[in-house]
Amino acid sequence: MKSTGKVCGIVSNLVTVQIYGPVSENELCYIKLDGTDLLAEVIKVNGDKASVQVFESTRGLKNGDNVEFLGKMLEATLGPGLLSSVYDGLQNNLATMTGVFLKRGEYTDPIDHSKIWDFKPLASPGDEVEAAGWLGEVTEGWLPHKIMVPFSFRGQYTVKEVAPEGSYSVDQVIAVLVDGNGVEHNVTMLQKWPVKLAVKAYREKPRPCRIMETGVRVIDSFDPIAEGGTGFIPGPFGCGKTVLQHAIAKQGEADVIVMAACGERANEVVEIFTEFPELIDPHTGRYLMERTTIICNTSNMPVAAREASVYTAMTICEYYRAMGLRCLLLADSTSRWAQALREMSNRMEELPGADAFPVDLSSIISNFYSRAGLVVLNNGNTGSVTFIGTVSPAGGNLKEPVTESTKKAARCFYALEQNRADQKRYPAVNPIESYSKYLEYPEIKEYLDRTVMKGWVNMVAKAKNYVRKGKEMSEQINILGDDGVPMSYHESFWKSELIDFAFLQQDAFDRVDAICPIGRQKYMLGLILDICDKHFSFESFEVCRSWFKEVINVLRQMNYCEFESSDFLKYKGQLDNLLAENGN
Amino acid sequence: MATKAFQRTYTQLQSITKATVSLKASGVSNDELATVDGKLAQVVKTKGDNVTLQVFSGTEGIPTDSEVTFLGTPPTLKVSDELAGRFFNAYGKPIDGGPEIEGEEREVGGPSVNPFRRRQPSEIIPTGIAGIDLNNTLVSGQKIPFFADPDQPYNQVMADVAMRADVDKIILGGMGLSNDDYLFFRHEFESAGALDKIVCFINTTENPPVERLLIPDMALAAAEYFAVDKNEKVLVLLTDMTLYADALSIVSNRMDQIPSKDSMPGSLYSDLAKIYEKAVQLPEGGSITIIAVTTLNDGDITHAIPDNTGYITEGQLFLRADSDSGKVIVDPFRSLSRLKQLVQGKKTREDHSQVMNAGVRLYADAQNAKTKLENGFDLSDYDLRCLDYAKEYATRLLSIDVNINTEEMLDTAWEIFGKHFSTAETGIKQQFIDKYWKA
Repeated sequence: MKSTGKVCGIVSNLVTVQIYGPVSENELCYIKLDGTDLLAEVIKVNGDKASVQVFESTRGLKNGDNVEFLGKMLEATLGPGLLSSVYDGLQNNLATMTGVFLKRGEYTDPIDHSKIWDFKPLASPGDEVEAAGWLGEVTEGWLPHKIMVPFSFRGQYTVKEVAPEGSYSVDQVIAVLVDGNGVEHNVTMLQKWPVKLAVKAYREKPRPCRIMETGVRVIDSFDPIAEGGTGFIPGPFGCGKTVLQHAIAKQGEADVIVMAACGERANEVVEIFTEFPELIDPHTGRYLMERTTIICNTSNMPVAAREASVYTAMTICEYYRAMGLRCLLLADSTSRWAQALREMSNRMEELPGADAFPVDLSSIISNFYSRAGLVVLNNGNTGSVTFIGTVSPAGGNLKEPVTESTKKAARCFYALEQNRADQKRYPAVNPIESYSKYLEYPEIKEYLDRTVMKGWVNMVAKAKNYVRKGKEMSEQINILGDDGVPMSYHESFWKSELIDFAFLQQDAFDRVDAICPIGRQKYMLGLILDICDKHFSFESFEVCRSWFKEVINVLRQMNYCEFESSDFLKYKGQLDNLLAENGN
Repeated sequence: MATKAFQRTYTQLQSITKATVSLKASGVSNDELATVDGKLAQVVKTKGDNVTLQVFSGTEGIPTDSEVTFLGTPPTLKVSDELAGRFFNAYGKPIDGGPEIEGEEREVGGPSVNPFRRRQPSEIIPTGIAGIDLNNTLVSGQKIPFFADPDQPYNQVMADVAMRADVDKIILGGMGLSNDDYLFFRHEFESAGALDKIVCFINTTENPPVERLLIPDMALAAAEYFAVDKNEKVLVLLTDMTLYADALSIVSNRMDQIPSKDSMPGSLYSDLAKIYEKAVQLPEGGSITIIAVTTLNDGDITHAIPDNTGYITEGQLFLRADSDSGKVIVDPFRSLSRLKQLVQGKKTREDHSQVMNAGVRLYADAQNAKTKLENGFDLSDYDLRCLDYAKEYATRLLSIDVNINTEEMLDTAWEIFGKHFSTAETGIKQQFIDKYWKA
């Protein structure tokens, strides 16, 4: 018997419900409004009153309206067909909704139940299995999509039957499992999992040991993110957060990409589903959309569903991770989620923490980041969820609660800088302040030694040092004047400009320059460091400036050319000539 | 307000603040309108049988025994083609002496467009102003504010943009507009002979501030009628959104909400997003483009209002007085149109984005040279050339009084580059240098 209740208070999307019967924290309920069911979630219970956040507009709701509790938490539906879908924060399929406007109370099924999949069994009768064990496989796009023992199954099961190879819909039983008490359980291709709980059906979670390539030089070379790692991108508006995130989504070396557009602009989502179906994944040659799922709760959609959107996205990633795939989750922006928490906490009249955010903000954020990671599955395979979130600090000031809490939770920090953006030095990632803790991991160092080149981490450290030194010199030059400093100051300033212009800056809208594989990065950085390692004797700072400008120009032209093409080599020749002019 | 049958009427107020009143009432629905002593109000909170109403025109003179009548509906606007050419107040009542509008009554502040049904904006809105068209190209379906200090001529620039833009309807939502500015817009629209494509919703400084809260919803309800029902290209002008946000903070303050940054309500981001996200390119060809004004306090964009706005809108246009050229320019550093790459080089000439970037980068070099000059250092030859360039660039391209087409803007830029710099100094792709360089 499910509990019921009646509405007894309304402030915006926070509704107080008089409850008749037991309810649990985070339980879902429907609020009945003139034949429309508004989905809501319990966020606080006090005596016989429950506070629920409504995932829809509460316009027209009255005191005394009926409430029906559902006896379950918010769940994601998991099964083949998630990829290439566009969902809202509650996993309603936006493509199958009717009408131009979102209708309140319209809920659509996330999975197409009529679609037929070619199933291949992987388990055999008699096998011992546990949650997330692989029973069979269908092909989704080009990915092997494993049909697993549902995550909610506890303990050991024996496979009694597995469907033979053939065509099935998601609702057909494809396996029968027997638990320790001899009870039989039917398994279909679908399963449900409460989004707020982490999926833990794996053997262990080791430290990340590989790099996830993004094709963005300032990330891959300077501050690489590990496969299964976490990173965040804070920055004031207009600094290129979204462009950088989309670049990572397009080029990231991952099997599955889930993009959570959380409280951001609808047109950015439109951009993704307009462009991705046309774009080719550089690693597999398949269409990008085939590996992408979009969860969008844009800024004008109901605020309460923002939080749900990031959890739903994470759950989908964990689902694909359990199949031994590499998943990348991009959430833009986690600040909007934090603001949604703040709005709610404010309406509940809780005592506020810093900047009126709820006091448990920090623990909520770190808890969420901890769901990412590389895992060893029970069958010995590995899978990963790499998570990159953006943060939109108020006023561009990084000393605010969301940025500070995220900094504690994420291992990579890509600081976007207003100053660089103003000068159109894109991506506006500050090379000095940004960091990747993964560069300190011995296993990552060893991996880079093996896959890029021996001593690569030291080489990058050297480049960073040139940039740092150049920055100090430029400050000196600004204080003392061009003539007031020794020539060596100019030289080191221009060396840092060389690294900045020819390596760190990258044109995300140029077909060739947008994506730079690590091999090419190695080549270019090597070339640039060779120049930086030279000592020059320029007659004047004017000569120094114009020589470096020419070198920068040639290197930039190289960046625009296909690697090792004839044009590329032509510019390389020009570079050699320039170096010969100042050869010593 | 016409009286309807079964209206519920109460006469006992429990509490009165400057913007809200509370009373005991039952059967009240959320967001419903009511009249309090004849003034329009809206339900913002219910707790048991305690109902809080936000009174739009302020609570001055409201007695505790005033008559409160609940009207049973949220705010509505009657929409039809008759809206064109008319001026209304915040409640959608004519203020131009004309007759009431006949048409379908629609709720304002309605649901949002399904993101999946949107189309990617792809049509350029040319304004003739190079600071906009060249550096920060506008696209139909975009939402973008002017960030300007109160002394900048933002309303004039906005009127210019509106008059030059090729759109079917222009809808002005004026919030806290001074009477002079209201008359300015009216005169501008009349003298351009464009009155038949204008709809105005006006709240002037003479009207109560809380009334402003209705203006954007009214303007956008009218815009949705023309864009969705009639497939028209609609441009919505909202000025001044800072005053709108101030009204929000007044109400939230009276409701004892805990303020976040700059004493703004914690929901400011969502409140503003609900308005700006109405900008849309629809599949059937209609579109809503929003150009707004957010006035700044001494250029401070870190204040909560411009800051939240910047995160919502697709860029911003920043006006400032330039001392080199003596003109008001569109600041190339702080201005940004996020949708520009959807049209630059696609709907405009191929060299557009490279020319734009080079122009701004060289202008940044000029700023560095200027700093050096101010600090009393000798300037290099390059610095001097940068300074000359900056002056010419500001006068011929950035100034808001420029009115030329995009092709001419690009040619002008190449001409100025050629006059002051070598090809390598511009850092432009060789293929464009070969084709367009003017020595």
